[in-house]
Amino acid sequence: MTTEPAQPPLVALFVTCLVNSQRPAVGFATVKLLEQAGFRVEVPPDQTCCGQPPYNNGLTDEARRIAKLQIQVLEPYDWIVVPSGSCAGMISVHYPHLFENDAHWQERARRVASKTRELAAFLAQQGVRFAPGPDTPTATAHHTSCSCRRETRSHTQADGLLQDCLQDQLKPFAEPEVCCGFGGTFSAKFDALSARMGSQKLDSIEAAGARTVVSADLGCLLHLQGLALRQQRDLQFRHLAEVLADAEPQRENKRP
Amino acid sequence: MIQRDARQFIPNSEQALQDTTLQTALARAKSGFLGKRRKAIALVDDFEFLKQQAQAAKQRALDNIPALLDQFEHNLNAAGGQLHRAATPDDLNRIVLDICQRRQAKIITKGKSMVSEETHLNTALEQAGLDVVETDLGEYIIQLAKEPPSHIIAPAVHKTRQAVAELFRHHHALGERDLNEISNLVEEARQMLRQRFLAADVGITGANLLVASTGSIAIVTNEGNGDLTATLPPVHIVTASLEKLVENLEDAGAILEVLGRSATGQAMSAYTTFFTGPKRPSELDGPEEMHVIVLDNGRSDILQSEFAAMLRCIRCGACLNHCPVYSNVGGHAYGSVYPGPMGSVLTPLLEGLNQGHVLPNASTFCGRCAEVCPMGIPLPDLLRKLREQEHRQQLDSTGWRMVLRFYSWLATRPRWFHLAMRAITFTQRLLRDASGTRLRVPFSNGWNRQRELPAAPDATPFLQQWQKQQERKP
Ligand code: SF4
Repeated sequence: MTTEPAQPPLVALFVTCLVNSQRPAVGFATVKLLEQAGFRVEVPPDQTCCGQPPYNNGLTDEARRIAKLQIQVLEPYDWIVVPSGSCAGMISVHYPHLFENDAHWQERARRVASKTRELAAFLAQQGVRFAPGPDTPTATAHHTSCSCRRETRSHTQADGLLQDCLQDQLKPFAEPEVCCGFGGTFSAKFDALSARMGSQKLDSIEAAGARTVVSADLGCLLHLQGLALRQQRDLQFRHLAEVLADAEPQRENKRP
Repeated sequence: MIQRDARQFIPNSEQALQDTTLQTALARAKSGFLGKRRKAIALVDDFEFLKQQAQAAKQRALDNIPALLDQFEHNLNAAGGQLHRAATPDDLNRIVLDICQRRQAKIITKGKSMVSEETHLNTALEQAGLDVVETDLGEYIIQLAKEPPSHIIAPAVHKTRQAVAELFRHHHALGERDLNEISNLVEEARQMLRQRFLAADVGITGANLLVASTGSIAIVTNEGNGDLTATLPPVHIVTASLEKLVENLEDAGAILEVLGRSATGQAMSAYTTFFTGPKRPSELDGPEEMHVIVLDNGRSDILQSEFAAMLRCIRCGACLNHCPVYSNVGGHAYGSVYPGPMGSVLTPLLEGLNQGHVLPNASTFCGRCAEVCPMGIPLPDLLRKLREQEHRQQLDSTGWRMVLRFYSWLATRPRWFHLAMRAITFTQRLLRDASGTRLRVPFSNGWNRQRELPAAPDATPFLQQWQKQQERKP
């Protein structure tokens, strides 16, 4: 798996357990975007889950074991791209913390962390640009997950990419910095609270005249979609990767 | 009824979500606090710098607490005041009672003090037959309503104006009058309180800062009631916690720079007063005695633990105001003295994990609290550490523990994990409804009580589909 100098860099797609099982199309859209940008893409078959469910529920030993497996699976690659802010944040921010008492693994965790990017951050870093395509949605709100805003800090990059491709159809809404209430297991353990927070998010999105919600995190999207279905709101939910894959890539997206 | 029990957070919060009056009050309070803080911070060139100064000042103090407390005592004594060290809440209450009894006190006025809430001082004093009057408007309101505070700087923030007017009508025998304006309410409270200020035998206040180099205490308020409580009665008792110590006036200043801005969006609160000892022979007013009681209540242990950062907290309330959980359920749902993110860390530390273990879970880890905290306290990290302790002590629910263990077992075994993923997508295909967008499951759980379960559109997971595609490629 070593890269020869003449070949384009090799990207590992860390697809995330949610995309893998709930929205495979997001995985294919991500591959398309990465290949468009001129990278070779592999999907390491032994990847499983970043470990957030146990980690965020206090099962730190279990999270550490899961992290070790992902580190082993991901370290051979030049880049690791993740179509999720929370899973990318887990790898790039939290993995090194998990091994504070283990210098060997911490070093390996750091190296993987430094090569890991949330999808929008990676695309923006490569300087790719998009223009509207035939299937680009209209009246769209961009919901930034808290992990994209405060962990990977890639929300402005996602905003920039979406601004190019949605143009005046990107609808700003009130209080975008407030959490939508997903929070992984929080959404099940505190479901009434989670539903209230999600409904408030959907209210402000609808008040802005948006009909489609796009986000880089499938967890937020499924939670919001579940609420919208129950409340019979006329809203569509799409992952950032799907919207960008439907857009018209600009010429400079190609690596020279 | 909302229960004053931190273990009841879930039923409490569900009830709070249905309380329309509470929701009105919370929505109004939130927009006020957030807007003011934003404006105040926009007015300073470099708030990050001010934050760093404040954090450094506090850290210097925390690194040197025992010596600073001795120095504070020395300087307080020199100014004619007296220091008392209270290891536990009961100790603090007993010290206060002893002083009151020695002075044969009957009427006690009180300024705002979260430490006295922590020790349930009012209950202790009332049980001893003393007449306690809260003089902070918010505290006065909740005292009439017989409720605990719901916010650390705005104790009655959960009350609407109408509810306060009703309370006043009920408790003040003043006949027909117009209580429709906030200014009427404030004026009426002032009238009622003025008589008590003059009659009080002992005044009890909190303190925002204890300055070691001078033996001074600082009180920050917007109503000036703290100053009246401290100066009018013949005895002034200060209840403060250990981490209020700072080295000197300069460090006190650094903390005041961020406190007002983070709390109420003020560069400086309306009244910031430093008190150094009781009345001196040459002075005309001030108390004859001044006592400062410093409460430990486990803080010395916290200081040595992985939760030491929590003691940097200056009780500004910014994390409450910006918390999506707090702003939806209010403070009472937490069933503890300190609500919101800081309370969810402090409650298990002060009252024990057994009592407080649910609270650290009541967070999506959205991170907004840490973002706004002027003292740079990594609140989500501390909450996660508490969840870790909860799990280690097996206080988490058995069901969740089993599910997460099994999931973790799978996630370290790729073959089994991917088989399980296939089973999940396959089962979803069987459960899809006619429209294909949602799942129909025969039971109700946390996921589907208030939402639908969106269906996976494909029968096989991404990884299998991808591998098939790769095999087909030449
Ligand atoms: S934790 Fe930070 S934001 Fe919250 S009250 Fe304390 S100092 Fe203020």
